[in-house]
Amino acid sequence: MKLLVCVKRVIDYNVKVRVKADNSDVDLANVKMALNPFCEIAVEEAIRLKEAGVASEVIVVSVGPKAVQEQLRTAMALGADRAIQIDTDTMPEPLDVAKLLARVVEQEQPGLVILGKQSIDSDNNQTGQMLAALTGRPQGTFAYALKVEGDKAVVTREVDGGLRTLSLQLPAIVTTDLRLNEPRYAKLPDIMKAKKKPLEVKTPADLGVELKRHIIQLKVEAPAARKAGIRVDSVDALIDKLKHEAKVI
Amino acid sequence: MSILVIAEHNNQALNPTTLSALSAAQRIGGEIDLLVAGSGCRAVADEAAKAAGVGKVLLADAQAYEHALAENLAALVVELAGRYSHILAPAGTTAKDFMPRVAALLDVGQVSEIIAVESADTFKRPIYAGNAIATVRSDDPIKVITVRASAFDPAAAEGGNAAIETLSQVCDAGSSAFVGEELVRSERPDLSAARVVISGGRGLGSGENFALLEKVADKLGAAVGASRAAVDAGFVSNDMQVGQTGKIVAPELYIAVGISGAIQHLAGMKDSKVIVAINKDEEAPIFQVADYGLVADLFEALPELEAKL
Repeated sequence: MKLLVCVKRVIDYNVKVRVKADNSDVDLANVKMALNPFCEIAVEEAIRLKEAGVASEVIVVSVGPKAVQEQLRTAMALGADRAIQIDTDTMPEPLDVAKLLARVVEQEQPGLVILGKQSIDSDNNQTGQMLAALTGRPQGTFAYALKVEGDKAVVTREVDGGLRTLSLQLPAIVTTDLRLNEPRYAKLPDIMKAKKKPLEVKTPADLGVELKRHIIQLKVEAPAARKAGIRVDSVDALIDKLKHEAKVI
Repeated sequence: MSILVIAEHNNQALNPTTLSALSAAQRIGGEIDLLVAGSGCRAVADEAAKAAGVGKVLLADAQAYEHALAENLAALVVELAGRYSHILAPAGTTAKDFMPRVAALLDVGQVSEIIAVESADTFKRPIYAGNAIATVRSDDPIKVITVRASAFDPAAAEGGNAAIETLSQVCDAGSSAFVGEELVRSERPDLSAARVVISGGRGLGSGENFALLEKVADKLGAAVGASRAAVDAGFVSNDMQVGQTGKIVAPELYIAVGISGAIQHLAGMKDSKVIVAINKDEEAPIFQVADYGLVADLFEALPELEAKL
């Protein structure tokens, strides 16, 4: 069974985000970029399935400008066999990404597609579900555990209030949550080897997809800052303030 | 404008986040229908019919909807979508699962987790874990929107008297099946609905020490939460996590104990009305957002707090 993993290049999660002075967007100039953390978990899960003999090949795909090749190489250093970059000038919105990925799914026919549940930049949490809709495949989102059993994927999902387990008819789409696994680090020899692994570049036109804007970003602002309050010197003073000043207890 | 709000429920009772989504729909303005899709969920529809501002309740009661499988729910909503300009649902794990599927099947974008309605097509939503707020406009004929419940005061649960229309169509894709679930049972209020939340971080040191928090929580009728650091350290389970990757809460009182205040945690609680921080490290960033900060050893402060409340 082939596995397809879809990954996104995003701002490194340790970087403090700043809004541009003209409020047009977040400032990404000269900022450290990385593989989206949820995508890293998706890559790790795919590699584990290959190591367990469930998968025969792991293909990693990313949408975006040439710079995303860096993240594709990272995924190959971690163990993906080959990569596809879908070349776009800007980062398309989730529906368009899902349409592009749906064409790759059609061409590659993976038994399972694994994606991160959301990217830490736009926080949309949409692409996996949209891909599932467009390919007509069942979905297991926010995976906490994943097992392939015959022609089924058994996915335990993180839901409000606990865990829920579903059985999906393969081929299927799975999106990862934080506790699915702990991603490994790439070893230096593997980073060297990854440079020689095949990386194919396709355009939306090659895939027959026309990009379109559905959601227009008008403005980006810093959130309202919360003012620091006061220090209290004892538990008694705290209880007094909560009772008589804030009146919340 | 005509709006479809999709109810979140457990086949027995309406989840209060539905009332917040309803309140967001009222800000958009227009006729509002409420869809209750589930199995044996008549009581939920009866409850929904009483909510203020609901024009009509659509009841889809069938086995196929019992476990809110995304494939089946999305197919049902898509069948109904043609009548509406907006489709809204509270951004819990159910709607986060099926709503993007609805949007893709309708060939429209989705606006995720709105925190404000600017006009019928323009909304505010947090990006970068709440470190920036984007104002976005949807140019699609049908606007598919999930609503961050903590950002909208719930609509009144009583006062309405909507008619209930029973839907006969059953959408069953048959490609996924429910196997089982493990829900955490708690005597305490639900995190996302509690008036008071007390959360612990890595400073608690162990899962056993969360008992100190629970005793204070019982005195205050509070829900107990945790930072991601505490979850990652294995102290408590992930459903207690408050933060960008967990629950987003906005209670009247939030007490952060032994929590340093990482950005990802602040994103989940900074809209609380009053924030208290108890931490022995006076440099901890949590103090920068706290209304009341107490620099103290939590192992002394918590028992004292419990005794004096």
